Amino acid sequence: MKKLIYLLAILTLLPITNYAQDISLKGKELFGGMQARHIGPALMSGRIIDVENHPTNPRIIYLGAAGGGVWKSTDSGTTFNPIFDDYAQSIGVVKLDPNNPDEIIWVGTGEIWTRNSVSVGDGLFKSTDGGSNWIKVGFENSERISSIVINPNNTDEIYVGVLGALWSDSEDRGVYKSLDGGKTWDKILYVGLSTGAADVIMDPNNPSVLYTSMWEFRRSGWGFSSGGKTSALYKSKDSGKTWNKIHNGFPEGDLGRIAVAIAPSDNNILYSVLETGEKATNGLWKSSNAGKSWEHLNNDFGLTVRPFYFSRITIDPKNPDVVVKGGLNGSISRDGGKTFKSLGNMHSDIHDVVFDINNSDVLYSGTDGGMYRSWDGGTTFEIVENLPLSQFYHISVDNEIPYNVYGGLQDNGSWYGPSSSPGGVNARDWNSVGYGDGFRVLKHPTKNIIYSEMQGAANVWRYDVDKNRTRTVQPMKRKGDPDLRFNWNAPMAISSHAPDRFYMGSQFLHKSEDMGESWDIISPDLTTNDLTKQDQSSSGGLSVDNSGAENHTTIFTIAESPLDENILWIGTDDGNVQVTKDGGKKWTNVTDNLVGIPANTWVYHIEASVHGKGTAYAVFEGHTTGDMKPYSLKTTDYGQTWNNIISEDVYGFVRNIQEDYESENLLFLGTEFGLYVTIDGGENWSKFENNMPATAVHFIDLQKQTNDLVMGTHGRGVIIIDDISPLRELTQEVLTKDVHFFKNKPFIMLEGSGFSGSFGAETEFVGQSKSRAARIVYYLKKRHTFGKMKMEVLDMEGNKITDLSPGKSKGINVINWDFNKNVPKMAQGKTLSFGGFTSPRVSAGNYKIMLTKGKKTYEHIIEVVYDKNSITNSTERKEQEALTETLFNMVEDLAFIVYEMNGTMDKAQEVIKNDPKGKKKAQQAYNALNTLLKELVVTTGDNYVASAEPELREKMGDLYSNIASTYDKVSGSNKDNFELISEEFDTAKSKYQVIQNKEVKKFNSYLEKSGKELTKLKSKQEFLEK
Amino acid sequence: MKTIKTLFIAILIIALAPLNAQTADEIINNYFENTGGLENWKNLNGVKYTGEINLGQMVLPIEMIQTKKGNTITKANVQGQDFFQEVFDGEILWGTNQMTMAAEKSDSETTDNYKNEMNDFPDPFIDYKEKGYAVELIGNETIEGTETFKIKLTKEPIKVDGVVTDDISYYYFESENFVPIVMEKEIKSGQGKGMVIQVKFSDYEEVDGMYFAFSINQGVKDQEGSTMISMKTIELNPEIDMAMFAFPEATVITEEGK
Repeated sequence: MKKLIYLLAILTLLPITNYAQDISLKGKELFGGMQARHIGPALMSGRIIDVENHPTNPRIIYLGAAGGGVWKSTDSGTTFNPIFDDYAQSIGVVKLDPNNPDEIIWVGTGEIWTRNSVSVGDGLFKSTDGGSNWIKVGFENSERISSIVINPNNTDEIYVGVLGALWSDSEDRGVYKSLDGGKTWDKILYVGLSTGAADVIMDPNNPSVLYTSMWEFRRSGWGFSSGGKTSALYKSKDSGKTWNKIHNGFPEGDLGRIAVAIAPSDNNILYSVLETGEKATNGLWKSSNAGKSWEHLNNDFGLTVRPFYFSRITIDPKNPDVVVKGGLNGSISRDGGKTFKSLGNMHSDIHDVVFDINNSDVLYSGTDGGMYRSWDGGTTFEIVENLPLSQFYHISVDNEIPYNVYGGLQDNGSWYGPSSSPGGVNARDWNSVGYGDGFRVLKHPTKNIIYSEMQGAANVWRYDVDKNRTRTVQPMKRKGDPDLRFNWNAPMAISSHAPDRFYMGSQFLHKSEDMGESWDIISPDLTTNDLTKQDQSSSGGLSVDNSGAENHTTIFTIAESPLDENILWIGTDDGNVQVTKDGGKKWTNVTDNLVGIPANTWVYHIEASVHGKGTAYAVFEGHTTGDMKPYSLKTTDYGQTWNNIISEDVYGFVRNIQEDYESENLLFLGTEFGLYVTIDGGENWSKFENNMPATAVHFIDLQKQTNDLVMGTHGRGVIIIDDISPLRELTQEVLTKDVHFFKNKPFIMLEGSGFSGSFGAETEFVGQSKSRAARIVYYLKKRHTFGKMKMEVLDMEGNKITDLSPGKSKGINVINWDFNKNVPKMAQGKTLSFGGFTSPRVSAGNYKIMLTKGKKTYEHIIEVVYDKNSITNSTERKEQEALTETLFNMVEDLAFIVYEMNGTMDKAQEVIKNDPKGKKKAQQAYNALNTLLKELVVTTGDNYVASAEPELREKMGDLYSNIASTYDKVSGSNKDNFELISEEFDTAKSKYQVIQNKEVKKFNSYLEKSGKELTKLKSKQEFLEK
Repeated sequence: MKTIKTLFIAILIIALAPLNAQTADEIINNYFENTGGLENWKNLNGVKYTGEINLGQMVLPIEMIQTKKGNTITKANVQGQDFFQEVFDGEILWGTNQMTMAAEKSDSETTDNYKNEMNDFPDPFIDYKEKGYAVELIGNETIEGTETFKIKLTKEPIKVDGVVTDDISYYYFESENFVPIVMEKEIKSGQGKGMVIQVKFSDYEEVDGMYFAFSINQGVKDQEGSTMISMKTIELNPEIDMAMFAFPEATVITEEGK
């Protein structure tokens, strides 16, 4: 103890040494208790990459998502919880150690179904406690890990297959082996800079036997190539020391992606799916002699479609003839691969399927639209409803209350939904506004019209919500125009100066003044127009894959200055930044002025600033050339000069930036591994990690009325940080204060009081709604650990209204007050009076927030105002407030009377029991009081269906609750009821007075005369003290 | 001169503190040393906590008692009615049913798991090795904005819906003073399964030479809303009527016997 006191005493001296030093807080130290909230949606979920069973416990299932991390189910896939939020959310493989599956989990990051929009990984991770804690084992440059194999007889013997970089050469590809549980690794199979390990599997009966498929592949911003001479299937019989190709029966020539699987119940049977480019040899092959020879079985569409996207074979653990192949719909064979039928209906694009370990009727399927379960062998599927893995490309917000969030999703269309909803944001709150892959979704500024689009602007929809009418309005080629080149994720923008003005970008900037009815081209080709990047007809390599996803040399971002409608910025996917100051008559290419940006680096976003006409921010990302560095620049002179605003704090390439509308130094950066914030214009960046996963943040918007930061993530849906305005105040002066309350606008007591059903919430994701309470935000220089700290709400005269539970975190703390006073003290009865759980609201006005910390107090005054949409006028509200107060006092008056009665009755019982002389008077007092008590409070029954008939307390409590909780005027019925209850209460008080003057008086007189102690009772003030 | 000397010592101690606290055992020892001494902790026979629980709109008076024998009781008062939770006499775990307001026993699995806690008074870290527990220093972590040591505590296995499961919790000891400020534990069963309970400790104050957290704030990690218990008094080795822990088998409620 002495040591602690000594330590505390000397710690207080410490600031002397730090005097005059700047306080630099980063990350959790700065953000303290400021939390992000997730609103999903989960109804369409998002892409699943890998599904992993527990080897002995069928209740436990893991999944790895494309951009949403690792999730664990302990109820056979009914619900899942995230267990990997602090690390890269793009997952390649999840593997449990067969020797210790409850504790040791391995995660290889980096998605392996290599579509254009995949994210990147960050290495290999291991947990030794079932996923509570993780360590990074290594493989930082692997980008994508496809396979992890563990010897079932030796935990320390591990094989890792590195598929490797998608957009560049890499020496990190190949198969690696560790014999010391992952401490050291040897590369045991390497083919070349372009060829990675697609599948590594182990013979279930002989851990010395391994099979590996190697795949030659490469993607660029404008094309994809699968296949080459180095793609091959290998086998090792000596634990990876030597490898031999096992192609006996396979066709000669180039091969693409190869899938391979071994039957768990018969290690001689192997299935492989080859990508050959030839129909006769494409598809499923089978070996019944452990790879010595192969027989071609099937080339159905379901088996050969898009090998880079679907290359997973699953074999029933009990029956080697039951084979499932991932694909557009997924295929299942029950005759050893000779014939297949599609799996039952579910979201298309099936990437992985596993069977339950004990019951092969039960299947789990990972798709582009989440996780599905089947209970009947794959005929029908149901979706897991609590996986908010939605992959947004873009989001925007409107100005409704609560505001809506709009956005488009990978393979899941376009949607909008409320940022907040009674009972939480449910699946049913979301509205579909587009098909296909969804990207930008924008709300018309003044009309109830929504623009949305699908890939490559093949359709741009203008949806009149009120009339429920949709039409397509995309710019179309006119006579004399060259072919229009739209990016797969084509840019759209609406003007903040002219509400019907609508922009779209192909290689040209298109402008419409009539909501897309007609279009003008207002620029020359603003891209590099590099013809070598414009032939997508043969993209795909051995299997042509011309989906439009690789369209290149296109405009990717459009920014109109909020200060001047004639200032427009565009950025292109091939590295151009161009600006016009006259509405498109003259364009200036400012690309050469950029500093530190490699040529042709994708211009992902431009933010035209509110802080100056010539000010803009641009972010660049070069991941499609293998350049993973973060880039962001700022200009204040229309792009003539640029400054780097990225510090060493930022990890991961950048996709978006959002400026604050008030503080020029406050910026938000969306990176591939999460959100960063700067409060000093980019000198220092802090990662925001409070309930914010390390997921790819593709787009950020700042809602102007609420100052809520709204993020569209590519794997964890929409994530919101409510009201970032406190960050504007973070100066050195503030940071050096022990306590600082941040400014706030007057708090509005919103009056909505509808219903919120919770049907389905047992297994469905429900997004967190924004609190409607007063949000009190303060900063603590140090975490409060020792001594008292409390927070109270007081009126301006210093009378206590209620207590709050203050946060004590170092940094920013956020506390909500729901405008309520304390509940009334209710009379004691046999059961509870539920009306007594209603708190009265405060009136509009100023209130003090008093924080007491040790001996010091800190005050902050807040203003509370009524809802401008209130349904009552001020006279009606005053009546409601006055009657609430009257009833509150009546309820407490009754409580005190009942307290006095109970006290006297207790005393009377004591005398009845112990004092024969006083028994008669005591009994008379007791009987009189007890008779009255039965009229005042319930004295029998329970709180449910055995409840007694309500007495005065219950009736009074219910009326109080009705009036206190309404936002409406006091009704005539309320008033009539009040009159009745007031009369009943007056009658009761009169009866009590009569008893007091008669039976109680006699009883007390006896006590006094016989020298006995009188009934001990608190004063009313003491009784009511809370 | 004296101030300067003290300051120098202070800086030295603080600079060395993290180096000295390299193992979980050292952190735990420092914790007990700084909060009253291990022997004093071991000599406790019971603790009675009196305070209130803030449920947002409602503040309820509560009382909690824990004893060295493993008895526990938590009592809250609502509208003059006593509600009991986690009352344990060493064999039977019971609480008040909120519909009937009558005492009901917990299911046998919950009771068996609760029995495991009997040896945890007043702190599970005391003699943890003798109890067969394991501790592991996971590392340094910033939580509540401040630097902490994260320690994993593994106690006797429990049963969850019939399945034997490790009983694991994580304690975060503030680096500066070695007292726990946060405890986290995964919810293993029921609707919140898979989520993490987070309990924050603060307002440590001295009681008869020992330090106790007078404020305990419990919620679900990353979810809004929590429940704060504020202690008004903490009484060490109180006189206890053991009858209060017993399950009221033959409670007969009569009208007259209010």
